[in-house]
Amino acid sequence: MNIRKYLGPLNKNNPITVQVLGVCSALAVTAQMKPAVVMCLAVTVVCGISNLIISLIRKTIPNRIRIIVQLVIVASLVIIVDQFLQAYFYEISKMLSVFVGLIITNCIIMGRLEAFALANKPVPSLIDGLANGFGYGIVLIIVAFFRELLGSGTLWNYQIIPASFYEYGYLNNGLMTLPSMALIIIGIMIWIQRTKESELQEKQ
Amino acid sequence: MESLTEIFVRSIFTENMIFAYFLGMCSYLAVSKNVKTAFGLGIAVCFVLVVTIPVNYLIYNFLLKAGALTWISAQLGNINLSFLSLIIYIAVIASIVQLLEMIIERYSSALYNSLGIFLPLIAVNCAILGGSLFMQERNFPTVGHSLVYALGSGIGWLLAIVAFAAIREKTRYSKTPKPLRGLGIAYITTGLMALAFLAFSGI
Repeated sequence: MNIRKYLGPLNKNNPITVQVLGVCSALAVTAQMKPAVVMCLAVTVVCGISNLIISLIRKTIPNRIRIIVQLVIVASLVIIVDQFLQAYFYEISKMLSVFVGLIITNCIIMGRLEAFALANKPVPSLIDGLANGFGYGIVLIIVAFFRELLGSGTLWNYQIIPASFYEYGYLNNGLMTLPSMALIIIGIMIWIQRTKESELQEKQ
Repeated sequence: MESLTEIFVRSIFTENMIFAYFLGMCSYLAVSKNVKTAFGLGIAVCFVLVVTIPVNYLIYNFLLKAGALTWISAQLGNINLSFLSLIIYIAVIASIVQLLEMIIERYSSALYNSLGIFLPLIAVNCAILGGSLFMQERNFPTVGHSLVYALGSGIGWLLAIVAFAAIREKTRYSKTPKPLRGLGIAYITTGLMALAFLAFSGI
């Protein structure tokens, strides 16, 4: 099996920076690494498994009600993930608050179901779902890395920037803790990516 | 509990759906090429929010919440169906969008031509589901509060997308660096707008 075919979502076909899908509903949890990593895992799991299920039953779904069927399957998976987090990782589920529920309306998942799972065999669908979920999650994690490091000097709640820096007058950048910086960091990521991959540039 | 005015102003400015929570970004980036269509989508989002949030409020408070069923009989007081809220909200939103589409098509063809194309898009717009989930999180005391919240959120979303579309119409003629063209500069513009909206948080 050609694995390179599925690595597109990690760079040249990244859901956030190239396909412009699913920016909603997850950037708000990128102020710190911990919720971002959990969100990444949740999206990857839901995206992979929903792709697998839809692919397994793709021949039996009537075309007219396929959107409803997809929504119900995704919603059920999200409820399972949500209940799981509430049971085992209560603080993190408090942190993520409504954003776990919003995975349902994440365009990446519905987009991949429509574009891939309805037309392909189960195993490729599963891999495609996982790759897209992860390609999305990796962007979240990068954004969270910079926001937490520059905004509060910590990573995963461990102090990274030593106290001596602060004695010499280093200050945390309070801007980074504000939601608007997430968008600007993504803008800069797109800038870097499109400088490297010049075929992605848009003609205006 | 905060006053209605406070809820209204906060949901428009400081807790703006797009600038504080990034909800509905997909349609926000896709349908902001010009002001006219952006305005149409914004009005449609307002419309759907104002209908769905109060309906979901009633469903949550009288059917799903822990102890919500006591109005039927006292024995049902210990039932908690709130884990079902997600799936119910989605179903309600999808059916209300479908209903609205039919009603608008039936009674106003002009409105249907301007909104009709956006309505299916809105069913999977995160701002709509997000509104219902925030409503649940904030535990508003009455339907009136949730209605005001819905209206404020909708107006906030409309304001954001129209302002953004206006800026985008202008950036088309600017000399943007090649890799930033299109999507990149759109994100950075949104980020700067979000910074500007933060200035309201002192109110």
